[in-house]
Amino acid sequence: MNINTTKIISLLFFIFSAFYLYTAYQIQVFAFDENAPFNARTFPIYLGYAGLFFSGLKVVLPEPNTIKVDHKNLEYKKTGILIVIAIIYGATILKVGYFLTTSLFLFSSYYFLGERRWVLMFLLSFPFVAAFMYLLHGILDIYLRDPFLQSIGVMG
Amino acid sequence: MIEGILIGLTTALTLQNILMVMVGCFFGTIIGMLPGLGPMTAIALMIPITYGFDPATGLILMAGVYYGAVFGGSTSSILLNAPGVPGTVATSFDGYPMAQQGKAGKALAIAAWSSFAGGTLSAIYLLFMAPSLSKVSLSFRSPDYFALMILGLTAIAAFSSKGQFLKAMMMVVLGLMLASVGQDSLSDITRFTFNNMNLTDGISFVLVVMATFAMSEALTIILKRNDPTSAAKQVSLTELGSIKINKEERSKMYKTIPRSSIIGFLIGVLPGAGATIASFLAYGMERNVVNDEEKEKFGKGSVNGLSAPETANNAACSGSFVPMLTLGIPGSGTTAVMLGALLGFGVQPGPRLYMTNPEIFWSIIMSMYIGMVILLILNLPLIPYIARILAVPKNYLIPLILFFSVTGIYVMSFNNFDIYLMIGIAVVATFLRLYDFPMPPLILAFVLGGLMEENLRRSLLLSNGSWEFLWDRALTACILLTTILIVIWHVYKTMFKKTNN
Repeated sequence: MNINTTKIISLLFFIFSAFYLYTAYQIQVFAFDENAPFNARTFPIYLGYAGLFFSGLKVVLPEPNTIKVDHKNLEYKKTGILIVIAIIYGATILKVGYFLTTSLFLFSSYYFLGERRWVLMFLLSFPFVAAFMYLLHGILDIYLRDPFLQSIGVMG
Repeated sequence: MIEGILIGLTTALTLQNILMVMVGCFFGTIIGMLPGLGPMTAIALMIPITYGFDPATGLILMAGVYYGAVFGGSTSSILLNAPGVPGTVATSFDGYPMAQQGKAGKALAIAAWSSFAGGTLSAIYLLFMAPSLSKVSLSFRSPDYFALMILGLTAIAAFSSKGQFLKAMMMVVLGLMLASVGQDSLSDITRFTFNNMNLTDGISFVLVVMATFAMSEALTIILKRNDPTSAAKQVSLTELGSIKINKEERSKMYKTIPRSSIIGFLIGVLPGAGATIASFLAYGMERNVVNDEEKEKFGKGSVNGLSAPETANNAACSGSFVPMLTLGIPGSGTTAVMLGALLGFGVQPGPRLYMTNPEIFWSIIMSMYIGMVILLILNLPLIPYIARILAVPKNYLIPLILFFSVTGIYVMSFNNFDIYLMIGIAVVATFLRLYDFPMPPLILAFVLGGLMEENLRRSLLLSNGSWEFLWDRALTACILLTTILIVIWHVYKTMFKKTNN
């Protein structure tokens, strides 16, 4: 049996399905529901077995077309940086507010992707987010909490 | 009925109501293009405004928003692979590859004409069949719905190319697993939340779509930036191409549109089914009926593959009004919001609606057609401008896609946990996409998960735990038989071709 990445993913999915199935059996149901034809754990149990079945087949059966990914040509660094920026965005948005975090998120993303036209980068971050925020908050009446704008008195 | 149509026309063609349809279509298109803000949000935002009008005008405005949002969703699906509306996920399968080949203008034009044709045909079906269809939709029971969901999931065979069947099935199971997170709908028992309050309500559909399509697409583009095989694709993304549809493409659409509109309309009529399932089923059916040469093009920019879901989702929008107006049962989440608005107007939908409020019933039906015409007039000339989005350089476009994805999720819940969850799902999806694990089956399964469990629960409880419900009713048995035949046909074809090769 030839081991390739697809089979490793299938094996991981098999382990995940086994964990899912174990967790499904642990779902607490009401005492009167325990022997009912259908309770909160019935469907997840079927799903767990289905996951084991399909991923098991994928692991065991021969692979007709092996996918080869050339990792040397993949931009892991830039992709990783963008993901980290998005995580930082998630961590700060509630404390700092929508306007500043979103603008900085956009500005830093442009920068790390190699953009150096500063004026355009600025226009497509701060004023762009301000306009978008006006559309959401001002026109569509969707409340956006923003401690930063509140602290400088722009937002009530 | 003629009298009813005349009443409807008189109401729908007043200056105020035409204006309402125009405003609704335009507003809906803009909202539909913004990922995360679908027709449901748009209509919900409209409710306070509509209370200032009479019920017919209010509903006409909301119907315009509905159509506009569905079309707007197609636009972002085609241009950014970021479906703004669940019903347009299937549109991105062939619309986005077409845009990548420098045919964005054509893809948008095909989408606009297919939407128009689907909407027009379904408005005609609705006009003549609404009363009798309400009886048909009432005859569907839980086992039939469960069988229909299984049939919907076998449509994954259409999404998986050769040798991909097991991968597609794994994605189906993963989608169903994701849908099972949160409170059980009947007992309120929490499942797979690991004591995290943020997961109690389950994972939002928009979050999963944004993560697996928009965000993972953006990450994949960055990841493969230096990959020589994907470089050509990225260059062609800046091209708009002609918006003219040639004779060959038109002849393909002439065949696709009628059959997809029928599927879309019939699925839309079933309470709880809606545009998403309709578009997936139409896509799957279309792939099964076209010749082998055309089948190879599916997922790579097929005209049939784009036209079918676009026709079906608009046809389903009209169809979903049937159970809402005639039975008081919403056919989709969006019509559920409209039903709430209707009740707010003091109008009780049901079989007697034609008699008690004929002007409402018929004016909505007539305004649907007017809405379609206006949508086409508004959107076709705007295509070159809308498609300019593609001319935005990658260094700007990628962060903007990420911005719309993250903002769309944040605006829905104002919770940063959803942002983390989306990033997590997007990273996994990007990795899976690298190894050709298809995402559409995951999305379809996620949509069907809740409904499937609900209908299986009812069926098993009614049959006292026996699986006989699968063949007790002729309708259920027929649907399941169709499913089995489709699977056998696919397996046979794969094996037969293998032997030939």
